[in-house]
Amino acid sequence: MIEPDVCDLPGIVERWGKDPANMVQILRDVQESCGTIPSDTLDQLARLLGVPRVRIEATASFYHFFHAESHGAYEILFSDNIIDHMAGKEALKAYLCERLWLEPRKLSEDGLVYVDDTADIGLADQAPSMLVNGHAVPSLDQTRLDLVAELIRAKKPLADWPPMLFEIPDNIRLAGPLTGDPFAPGAALQATLARGSDATLAELDAANLRGRGGAGFKTATKWASCRKAEGEAHYVVCNADEGEPGTFKDRVLLNSHADLVFEGMTVCARVIGAKQGLIYLRGEYKNLLEKLQSVLARRREKGLLGNSILGEAGVDFDIEIHLGAGAYICGEESALIESLEGKPGKPRNRPPFPDRCGYRNQPTVVNNVETFACAARIAERGGAAFAALGTPQSTGSKLISVSGDCERPGIYEVPFGVTVQQILIDCGAEDAHAVQVSGPSGTCISYREFDRRIAFEDLPTAGAFMVFSRERDMFEVARNFTHFFAHESCGFCTPCRVGTSLLRNTMDKLAAGKGSAYDMNEMKNIMHILRGMAHCGLGHTAANPVVQTMEKFPDAYERRLKKLDFEPAFDLDGALQTARLITGRDDEWAHLAND
Amino acid sequence: MTEQPITIEPKKLRVATCSLAGCFGCHMSLLDIDEKLFDLLKVVEFDRSPITDIKHCGPCDIGIVEGGVCNAENVHVLKEFRKNCKVLVAMGACAITGGVPALRNNVDLWDCYQEVYHYGIGLENGQIPNDPELPLPFDRVHPINEVVRIDYFLPGCPPSADAIWKFLTDLAAGREPKLDYDMVHYD
Amino acid sequence: MTKTCTFTLDGKTIPFEEGETIMEAASAAGVYIPHLCHHPEFKPHGSCKLCTVNIGGRLGAACTNRAADGMKVESETEALNADRRALTQMLFVEGNHICPSCEKSGNCQLQAVAYHLGMMTPHFTHFYPARDIDASHPDVLIERNRCILCELCVRASRDVDGKNVFGIGGRGIKSRLIVNSASGRLADTNMSVTDRAAEVCPTGAILRKRHGFTVPIGKRLYDHQSIAEVPVAGMKEPRRD
Repeated sequence: MIEPDVCDLPGIVERWGKDPANMVQILRDVQESCGTIPSDTLDQLARLLGVPRVRIEATASFYHFFHAESHGAYEILFSDNIIDHMAGKEALKAYLCERLWLEPRKLSEDGLVYVDDTADIGLADQAPSMLVNGHAVPSLDQTRLDLVAELIRAKKPLADWPPMLFEIPDNIRLAGPLTGDPFAPGAALQATLARGSDATLAELDAANLRGRGGAGFKTATKWASCRKAEGEAHYVVCNADEGEPGTFKDRVLLNSHADLVFEGMTVCARVIGAKQGLIYLRGEYKNLLEKLQSVLARRREKGLLGNSILGEAGVDFDIEIHLGAGAYICGEESALIESLEGKPGKPRNRPPFPDRCGYRNQPTVVNNVETFACAARIAERGGAAFAALGTPQSTGSKLISVSGDCERPGIYEVPFGVTVQQILIDCGAEDAHAVQVSGPSGTCISYREFDRRIAFEDLPTAGAFMVFSRERDMFEVARNFTHFFAHESCGFCTPCRVGTSLLRNTMDKLAAGKGSAYDMNEMKNIMHILRGMAHCGLGHTAANPVVQTMEKFPDAYERRLKKLDFEPAFDLDGALQTARLITGRDDEWAHLAND
Repeated sequence: MTEQPITIEPKKLRVATCSLAGCFGCHMSLLDIDEKLFDLLKVVEFDRSPITDIKHCGPCDIGIVEGGVCNAENVHVLKEFRKNCKVLVAMGACAITGGVPALRNNVDLWDCYQEVYHYGIGLENGQIPNDPELPLPFDRVHPINEVVRIDYFLPGCPPSADAIWKFLTDLAAGREPKLDYDMVHYD
Repeated sequence: MTKTCTFTLDGKTIPFEEGETIMEAASAAGVYIPHLCHHPEFKPHGSCKLCTVNIGGRLGAACTNRAADGMKVESETEALNADRRALTQMLFVEGNHICPSCEKSGNCQLQAVAYHLGMMTPHFTHFYPARDIDASHPDVLIERNRCILCELCVRASRDVDGKNVFGIGGRGIKSRLIVNSASGRLADTNMSVTDRAAEVCPTGAILRKRHGFTVPIGKRLYDHQSIAEVPVAGMKEPRRD
């Protein structure tokens, strides 16, 4: 562990061009070298960057991975998706805490270790998993945790830990045009330069490529609109903030097919006239950073990035990688841009959309990792070849991240239009009872609907596919998701800030066996407010898991309802416990029956 | 024998009232109805209430509760009201939001006890009592709608006599209570 | 200058200039749409969501959505007011709003909007969050229990006072008003009682000291007059003496 006084603040600020827009990156580096972001650092940063301290503090206190107090030499964050729970996360976390003699959320007595939870870290195919000082460790079991505990007790620096702990296989179970076919770096770019920007846009249009982040906006329309928009500069931004629990396909694309993604970005740059690209990589994927940097370096060497790309004068473009710091909301494109500009990731008021007013208020294309990979393939092979796969409204292939109760979790690249049933057969999930398609914000479908299709016209998806067997309690699935949304709400708008917490609290009340029909009605009202009034997609969809499981698995709720009419909002007898302890009373009148 | 014309007295509404974690200010405001109280008594009769000194609530048409819930005894009283009253009304800021007593909600209960029994002015060798007769406090004060289902809310600290009068006469007449702008205030 | 474009708001024709929001055009025409984070002097924020209206079948904030020619907007509907009431209730339970002990009572916009919407109870389960009071500054008090995170003080300090005294820290339900000093105390910022930020708070979260309860009950801004009827809906500041 590096001592705090080694933190070279001026150096870090210099490295990020003394630009306050790079605040998230600066704070990441500060924390990396100091272990924390101490209060006085904020003042020093304010002086060095010439911005008010209050703005830096707003950013530093927004992101989950930043903290002012010490988390010791080893910060361990367990992935907290329902899939991790199903794989025994809670028991394993308790096991590790016991081995290390500590309590979660409390720095160990010797100031060495801190253990807590974090939202899904993109390893649902290798659950349970955790982050150690930001580095992912998958496939946890007692043996691996024994090893971790030993290494920590021996105070071994992370760099000296056995590499096998950090090995993350791709688990590609079914390959397709993106993941299976070879790609020669430069092929798509060459085709683009030869064809010209107009013709490339026409190919993209003919391909009918739609955004792979889940919303399905037509890519050609976005690029064309951005290209037309006036500005001092145009930007290409790749959204690699893959935060939707259960999704991990971008992790695999970036790990093994980064050239395809970067080339897609470069094709876009050529079309819209951008000189700079940014990839916003979620903080949880820090382990990919080095590899991605080396791919970028190689592409620069080969003349695929930098000035005069492929020898063509005036074709200049380069890509910078920005890391996130633990905020699901940054997957929303305008929040992502705010984060890229060094601010808390709160979604902007729209319109205007990023294609006209994005990064640094300039025209910006923001696309998903997979969308750029598809764009590269289209540039390389033409639109018709791409559209040959899939359905007319949903062309091409889709990477599905399969996890949960199945024999072969991993990546399945399927043609759009495939049924849920087919994927379940492929992954070996005979006992499937429900599938959460596209994560908590997506759609929960029951066994009665397995003939539905993965396609924008039926089940649109960003890629998550979490399988639940008959034994699983769908109420607990929904409850896990309400905790996720309450934790990840940015807090900007009233309905989402308050509504997600109310929803979480009510689900907890039901879980404690203290729910009533009144509470069910309350949740329906809150859902209505969230859907209609929230500021962005997070709030609009935050109630989906509850709405859908209530509708499709009513038994899971009904058997928890204590009374049909009304139950107190809090545990009456429990609320007397403090006074009982203080007074030493345990008489009849010192208790309240929770009837 | 000549037949007397039979006049049927309309059945009076039976009303119970109580003050939980409140200051009796709402009850004072109720008494502030002044001479109209006589009109009120033509249509209502009181069951348990500080006005009657009846200790337990019997079957009633309307229950009016002042004050929030701060201890175990409050819960017993509140549940008795809910059980016996067809319509239950939360009267005043404390019943509706916890009110001024809820200002203690972020003071540790141990600190409250210390202040009252150990460090209070004039205390010597103070001891924390453990008498079962004393209602045991909750760690927080709650509005009554967090403990039982409430049918109507009449805000104010206290609600004005006019508001209470309007509210009760509306209820007595079987109307949905409706208060003018001036009659609704939270303070 | 005459406005040539129009849209309808609850059936009433509202003229507007190109670029005006629904809120701006409605206010200019004397039509009130409930709001808390909006203030005509500052850049629209769109966070409280109270001004949500139905714009041709789609819900959107009136303060951030621009008016368009021929657009049909609904605001005063039973359903929208019920939703607005629920939002107001959320704001009440999220903080510690104890009106009887608040200096701003009677002049408070949160309270006045709640009156306007017929809120008889905060309804939802109270959070009773632990928030602090900052009385360090000689002339200005921060009572965070009453903060509704509208960011009007943030905008006023940044855009009018040019000081950046305020900001919002944290995330989600743990969001909180922060000030520009290492100690976290208002006294250690360059806040002045004459700042616009000192008077723009719609609730009692930022108060000028020694001015509490100066106006007797019955004479306060919203005692007899609904926030919808106060000239330039909700924007007139309470009389100071």
